[in-house]
Amino acid sequence: MTANAVVSTSAAEPSLLLGKLSWNSLPHDPIVLSTMVVVIIGGIGLFALVTRYKLWGYLWKEWFTTVDHKKIGIMYMILGLVMFLRGFADAIMMRLQQVMAFGGSEGYLNSHHYDQIFTAHGVIMIFFVAMPFITGLMNYVVPLQIGARDVSFPFLNNFSFWMTTSGAVLTMASLFVGEFAATGWLAYPPLSGISYSPSVGVDYYIWALQIAGVGTTLSGINLIVTILKMRAPGMGLMKMPIFTWTSLCANILIVASFPVLTAVLALLTLDRYVGTNFFTNDFGGSSMMYVNLIWIWGHPEVYILILPLFGVFSEVTSTFSGKKLFGYTSMVYATVVITILSYVVWLHHFFTMGSGASVNSFFGITTMVISIPTGAKLFNWLFTMYRGRIRYELPMMWTVAFMLTFTIGGMTGVLLAVPPADFVLHNSLFLIAHFHNVIIGGVLFGIFAAINYWWPKAFGFKLNQFWGKVSFWCWVPGFWVAFAPLYVLGLMGVTRRMRVFDDPSLQIWFAIAAVGAFMIAAGIAAMLIQFAVSIWKREELAETTGDPWNGRTLEWATSSPPADYNFAFTPRIHALDAWYDMKAAGVEHPADGYKDIHMPSNTGAGIILAGISTVCGFALVWHIWWLAGASFATLIATAIIHTFNYKRDFHIPAAEVAATEAKRARLLASAGA
Amino acid sequence: MSANTHAEQVEHDSHGIEIPHASYRDYATGFILSVILTAIPFALVMTGALSPAMTAVTIMLFAVVQIVVHMVYFLHMTPKAEGGWSITSLIFTIIVVGIMLSGSLWVMSHLNANMMPMAHEEMSQLP
Repeated sequence: MTANAVVSTSAAEPSLLLGKLSWNSLPHDPIVLSTMVVVIIGGIGLFALVTRYKLWGYLWKEWFTTVDHKKIGIMYMILGLVMFLRGFADAIMMRLQQVMAFGGSEGYLNSHHYDQIFTAHGVIMIFFVAMPFITGLMNYVVPLQIGARDVSFPFLNNFSFWMTTSGAVLTMASLFVGEFAATGWLAYPPLSGISYSPSVGVDYYIWALQIAGVGTTLSGINLIVTILKMRAPGMGLMKMPIFTWTSLCANILIVASFPVLTAVLALLTLDRYVGTNFFTNDFGGSSMMYVNLIWIWGHPEVYILILPLFGVFSEVTSTFSGKKLFGYTSMVYATVVITILSYVVWLHHFFTMGSGASVNSFFGITTMVISIPTGAKLFNWLFTMYRGRIRYELPMMWTVAFMLTFTIGGMTGVLLAVPPADFVLHNSLFLIAHFHNVIIGGVLFGIFAAINYWWPKAFGFKLNQFWGKVSFWCWVPGFWVAFAPLYVLGLMGVTRRMRVFDDPSLQIWFAIAAVGAFMIAAGIAAMLIQFAVSIWKREELAETTGDPWNGRTLEWATSSPPADYNFAFTPRIHALDAWYDMKAAGVEHPADGYKDIHMPSNTGAGIILAGISTVCGFALVWHIWWLAGASFATLIATAIIHTFNYKRDFHIPAAEVAATEAKRARLLASAGA
Repeated sequence: MSANTHAEQVEHDSHGIEIPHASYRDYATGFILSVILTAIPFALVMTGALSPAMTAVTIMLFAVVQIVVHMVYFLHMTPKAEGGWSITSLIFTIIVVGIMLSGSLWVMSHLNANMMPMAHEEMSQLP
């Protein structure tokens, strides 16, 4: 029970009412304090504006309680964007610290604060930026692409979104109330154990990820069932759009790998809360088991992130080259092979942990093997472009930037897959440069391509081209200026997560990297301006045909934005590029014969349950046992009460459907389509 | 809960999904088999008829059979259920769990491969 001794020295005796929470938990650091003041003022301002324009009712009825997959998809994207700004603020702070802390200077961040920043940056960017972005895209696009009216379990979808948000809220709360983990983004024990991290940081980490993990797993199940069960008649598996295929594989990975994360975090929780010794240094615990288990989740996770974007790039390349995708079948098989192989490479994250040559070479070879299907995909995209009539619109520009950037990131990945090379490069800035190279160059560029591609579908107007190009030309060179120096530094032996440096010759590289970070900042600003300008000039950019890019898949058959029910009639599928096939066959929109459409009703249960979960998580972080117990009991009770809510559905009358469709037909006629 | 909501779409589904037809007979068979499969290991432990190692192996074997019985009689998993998706996901799960278990055991047993050769007693003396 030495652990408890450490706790009691670091904080006052926990009280029954507030647990470990006290006035001391609020920030003292001037940087955090001023951030908190700004955030509180901003929050009050936002609250006042929403109240002033009487938007609470609208937001509650139309957005917070919605079960419409399209609105939930958009909310996921907003969550991702907001958290992206926070994660990027962390990145800029790190870059500034590292460029300042030379020649005896300590920089401007103390070590405790700096350690939390690099942890929060990683956690936020993976769990609360990349995951919401891909889930949002899949939510929005998949049902439209398969000709469905919604996902299989619309309420569950709303609940999943709010659970993810709940995790994000807890992570953000840690900035101002207490602290976040200072352990690195995977919280390796024994550092994350109670002896070495006695305060609440790791607890925030655990409960934020556990609560968000519920949402991720449920949304994975939801989308798998949707894809397998709700495809329009005639759409066999090999007639599914490629984005739907990659989404299916990504969600299978989610469902098969997130339970491992849940279990390993649960074991760490037991170590921290009740004194078990799964991962401690003594009593037979093995922290290496934690490293092993968390990467069994962690490696599939990176494929969860990138696979849907491979789908996006495929759709974009095919649409903007005006050709069907080259090698659709090989693309599908490559995706499935990656899905399986992603389970047999995890050890390459810890070649240096002590395994012998046979283990290391096995995992080194599997890692190299996985680059083969990925390479096949790249050639497929190139052959799709070959002899195509390529239109360099923004989505296509991002796709080409991705191909160049990701290929280099992939090659440095194969370098790291060689165990002897990894012994030199492990935990160096070379590794940091590599995974930013594939995550920014792959996932983020893909998300930007997707946003530019599907924005007109979601909102009925295109995005401004000028500011989009400004953003692109700041982002792509900015990325290289920011991360190429890290490759150099890594080869020179600089390790990750350093706060101060002795060798003055390194400073110039950090200065270049900081310049790159500010170029990226300009890219982000240009993107926000792009959104603002586009919303402001939405009349000029209006898109009335529903098919602005001469698309090939079913989502372009609907109006922009699609009606609540997506499709008045379930389409019948005859070919792979269903919408292209329909256009070629000259299929007319039916003008009558509409039927009542059966729809799910909105419900507040999702946001309420997630709100209670947030309280429960907060109470567990601070050891406020009475509140944890009470909120958990309320959570279960609320869930049970929700099962007695029988007002779950309604019908859109045929007359209303007819009116909506007639309005669409008039728009199409006036657009000359 | 929303399954009904999409009834009209499910009807159109080309896979022709059937809700597995469960009979009283199935449940009764499953129950009796489960009781037998539980009683035998229990009896082995109570009587101590086999050596402890053999008992452990036998319990594991009966547990595996028990899992299969549950899947067949209670979860109605047959190769044809849900258009083959049940069995496909089961096989996938078995592969993934197999990879995780065997991989972890292999990795964890290998962690001292690069250590200096030493006896177990010496190792426990390390700082």
